[in-house]
Amino acid sequence: MQTLYLVVPLAPLFGALVSGLLCMKISNRAAHTVTIACMVISTAAAAMVFSDVREGHTFNGALYTWLVSGTTHYEIGFLIDQLSATMMVIVTFVSLMVHIYTIGYMADDPGYNRFFSYISLFTFSMLMLVMSNNFLQLFFGWEAVGLVSYLLIGFWYTRPTAIYANLKAFLVNRVGDFGFLLGIALVLMYFGTLDYQSVFDNAKAGALAANTIELLPGQAWSLITVICILLFVGAMGKSAQFPLHVWLPDSMEGPTPISALIHAATMVTAGIFMVARMSPLFELSQTALSFVMVIGAITCFFMALIATVQYDIKRVVAYSTLSQLGYMTMALGASAYSVAIFHLMTHAFFKAVLFLGAGSVIIAMHHEQDMRKMGGLRKYLPITYLTMLIGALANAGFPPFAGFFSKDSIVEAVHEAHAAGVPGALFAYLAALGGVFVGGFYSFRLVFFAFHGKERFDTHAHAAPHGHGGAHGKHNHVPHESPWVVTLPLILLAIPSVCAGWVIGDFVYGNYFGDSIYVAENHEGLKRMAEAFHGVLPMILHSVSTLPFWLALAGAGLAWFIYIVRPDLPGVLRAKWGVLVTVLEQKYGFDRFNDWFFAGGARLLGNGLWKIGDVMVIDGLFVNGAARLVGWSSTVIRKVQSGYIYHYAFAMIIGILLLMSVWLFGAVYMYQ
Amino acid sequence: METVILSLVIWVPIVAGLLVLAAGETRPQVARVLALLGSLAGLAVAVPLWTGFDRSSGDFQFVELKPWIDTFNVNYHLGIDGMSLLLILLNCLTTVLVVIAGWDVIKQRVSQYMAAFLILSGLMNGVFCALDALLFYVFFEATLIPMFIIIGVWGGPNRVYAAVKFFLYTLMGSLLTLIALIYLYNAANGSFSLFDLYEVQLPLSVQVPIFIAFMVAFAVKVPMWPVHTWLPDAHVEAPTGGSVVLAAVMLKLGGYGFLRLSLPIVPDASHELAGFVIALSLIAVVYIGLVALVQADMKKLIAYSSISHMGFVTLGIFIFSAQGVEGAILQMISHGFISGAMFLCVGVMYDRMHSRMIADYGGVANKMPVFAALFMFFAMANSGLPGTSGFVGEWLVILATMQVNFWYAALAASTLIFGAAYTLWMYKRVVFGAIVNPHVAELTDLNGREMLVLGVLAIAVLMMGLWPAPLGEVLHESVNEILRLATPGRKLLIGM
Repeated sequence: MQTLYLVVPLAPLFGALVSGLLCMKISNRAAHTVTIACMVISTAAAAMVFSDVREGHTFNGALYTWLVSGTTHYEIGFLIDQLSATMMVIVTFVSLMVHIYTIGYMADDPGYNRFFSYISLFTFSMLMLVMSNNFLQLFFGWEAVGLVSYLLIGFWYTRPTAIYANLKAFLVNRVGDFGFLLGIALVLMYFGTLDYQSVFDNAKAGALAANTIELLPGQAWSLITVICILLFVGAMGKSAQFPLHVWLPDSMEGPTPISALIHAATMVTAGIFMVARMSPLFELSQTALSFVMVIGAITCFFMALIATVQYDIKRVVAYSTLSQLGYMTMALGASAYSVAIFHLMTHAFFKAVLFLGAGSVIIAMHHEQDMRKMGGLRKYLPITYLTMLIGALANAGFPPFAGFFSKDSIVEAVHEAHAAGVPGALFAYLAALGGVFVGGFYSFRLVFFAFHGKERFDTHAHAAPHGHGGAHGKHNHVPHESPWVVTLPLILLAIPSVCAGWVIGDFVYGNYFGDSIYVAENHEGLKRMAEAFHGVLPMILHSVSTLPFWLALAGAGLAWFIYIVRPDLPGVLRAKWGVLVTVLEQKYGFDRFNDWFFAGGARLLGNGLWKIGDVMVIDGLFVNGAARLVGWSSTVIRKVQSGYIYHYAFAMIIGILLLMSVWLFGAVYMYQ
Repeated sequence: METVILSLVIWVPIVAGLLVLAAGETRPQVARVLALLGSLAGLAVAVPLWTGFDRSSGDFQFVELKPWIDTFNVNYHLGIDGMSLLLILLNCLTTVLVVIAGWDVIKQRVSQYMAAFLILSGLMNGVFCALDALLFYVFFEATLIPMFIIIGVWGGPNRVYAAVKFFLYTLMGSLLTLIALIYLYNAANGSFSLFDLYEVQLPLSVQVPIFIAFMVAFAVKVPMWPVHTWLPDAHVEAPTGGSVVLAAVMLKLGGYGFLRLSLPIVPDASHELAGFVIALSLIAVVYIGLVALVQADMKKLIAYSSISHMGFVTLGIFIFSAQGVEGAILQMISHGFISGAMFLCVGVMYDRMHSRMIADYGGVANKMPVFAALFMFFAMANSGLPGTSGFVGEWLVILATMQVNFWYAALAASTLIFGAAYTLWMYKRVVFGAIVNPHVAELTDLNGREMLVLGVLAIAVLMMGLWPAPLGEVLHESVNEILRLATPGRKLLIGM
């Protein structure tokens, strides 16, 4: 079994190395065959590991010692338990689907082999992240997925927007990692180890309960709170939580397959996974949990609002991803870790469907992403339409689709937290309900806007030429359904988007996660929800009498009314609520502020320090100043050495006079 | 049995250098081949040090002791610990790479160019081996001469200013060291042996000035803020090979000096003034990081990035913990690989375009995909990406710093942001994007020689990042010994 653990991440790595190092030597066919074969092996191995773990065989052990420094051992190793096994299956499955899809999407791209190398490398990194048994390797995986994300966002490296977006993504993530690293350093300092198991055992035993840390003089803060918040800052970067969310919408500059794989299904959920993994730490700090919940709530509601004004089909899905990540984060804050992971799983499926479906639309439209130029696509793209409809239903949280079970549970968990008097939970509950309404609206806005209504595309216009793969389709300009390599993954992902939620009884309320997730005794929300749960069907029936269902329906209905019944309304509303729309279109001004304040400020400061500090003061005043001083004093001294005897004689006389006076005054002084 | 390995490590490159000189300028190809053989021989004689090194001992090994100047009790006394070992290997490897890198780039005075690097390599090995303070000083100063010549002869348009600035800056720094050494010589009853100097009892009032005298020399070498301004000029004007050796090895003389002389000889003063050094190091990380961001010249940018990264070396040393010091030494080694590789990358482009200005580039990836991939790898290493060597030292130093003070660690960790910002922003403007400058459209990808040099460094960076344990093993006992010697109060003379 332990060899199998290794096979899961190493197979994609092998694929990545082959298609990457030989990318100029092997054919496209060879590259995708190797990487996909490796992914199949990896997925199969992950499935076997998963079923093994379901039988209760967990594993925690080191692979090799990375470094011994001082008294600390840093190791690379695996922790295979219910949580990591679940993640392994999600990651490998979605990745395999995306690999297959890529054959169609990237068909004529000159960077075909490179692309396969990157996504396989990503899969390897993500697997190392989730399989880790210690903070060091977690950080390795954390940064490695960031690297691959950077490479993939900037995949079309001649596009200015792409290379702006990838730099931005990397740097914003680095801000998160900055906090994350400090959190890890504090963990090492107080626990003396970076091994999960030892840290968690110590934490549960109350090792740090009373410790405080004085970050500002006179302000003693609970140490565990500081650690948790710092770790969560890392999650905010990776999982794009407010205010570090700014990179995710721009990351849509990358090819669509990676938007599905990295920026929806897997990498962005690394932060959610991490907090769930750290549940023994977060459970110790109510302050940290409240912080997490409020951040999640802000992200959930306010990002959903932005999705309602976007025209770019991918950006709608991107903002919807932000909102859904906010839900997961909220669930974490409500101590409902299993619910968060549950939503992570269902979201991985239905959001991958939405992205890949959007990609399919984009191919059909010859790389047109603006929904204003779509409409009525459902008869041209029936499979894409159906799968995306499923995705939208799941995203909006309609029963019995997967998203319903997870999202409804999150709303419920936050409600329970509110009932238990958790600070910030009321706000989170309202944000969650608001998010459900807006979610219903933007999901169906997308469906109606793109697939229903009048056909707004021009069948004769040539799509804007792109640097890659211009020859998708055969240039008949009526949109047509994508090839099977695109639709097959859509269908395979649509199936779990429908039914993945039905496992909720075991997954959330049963003992699915075993010891891999820890919930403190006094956090009873989930327990109360378990008591109220009587099976999948009763839950569906019950939902009809609850607020979230009607809110989602109202949202979807509003979208129907605005975009189908009264297609003139969007223009009217836009004119009427211009300010609001502008605020949303400007994304609340974060991008502009960051560009001006942080990027501009750093450059200004750098220039000031350089021009004034280095060039003027250090070099100008001291270094060259010293040189000038030497030069100046030598010109002065040179004047003394004039070569005229009478000058020298005069100097001698002055000297003798001086010496005599010193001697004289000295003598007088002595006798006093 | 008396070993001579260390003597070989010092003298093989020097003798090879003299042979290359003797080959003369009329037969450049002979000079190149001889230089390559010499540098390979230099690397080969250093290999037994790695295999024969006793990792369980913190003592100096491969010791050689012969009288040199009897009258003053000065000895030709050599020996290495783990730190010296790694730096010697780094130096020998770098020399080989520099010789290959300069193969047909250098067309003027080939034999002199090659000879300068070989001799410099031997002299720097001498610094890393010397156990006699005067011998150390002689080697330390002697390294200035070849580098001065390299910058002054094969440098850019402003090379004379840069060379003189480099020379004077570093010379001024080390003159004070000589005075301190002479004082210590007397205090140790007429001995320059480091073993004797390590045991001299000194009051704090004497330790502090000695520390400052040492520090001036080493701080200039590292270089620490605010005595760093010679480095950007030197790098910009130096030929690629000169920049590589300067960044990869020569700067390490400073960090080495702190650990070999300052900490063990004046431990109390080191502790007394640690706060001061830490402050300067943190300024280096943050201030220099910001300055690097706005540079328009790639070499200058990498030079500033060097200074910023070397801040971790001094920071780690003055944390006085095993983790900190090991982190500092590993950072030195890693910086050797990465900064060397970064300068080589700029050199690759410079050889084709004759410009170091970021603005002249853009879209290089279109024409040089293999180069772009390698450059990306080194850029990421320079940003401290885990899995590359750049991460190891920074990680250890940040963790060690956290034990002392949260905010120090936070300032140090800001390199995560700044390092990525200046490196990747430069990379973006140079390598990504569409081709604007028609000269970029004429670029050709790496040739075999360039591939070899960058490939070797890439493997080194990756190996060290994925599995630094073998390096840590070598350092472990040596660092413990240095820290034992640096214990405060060990040699404090009270009541004087």
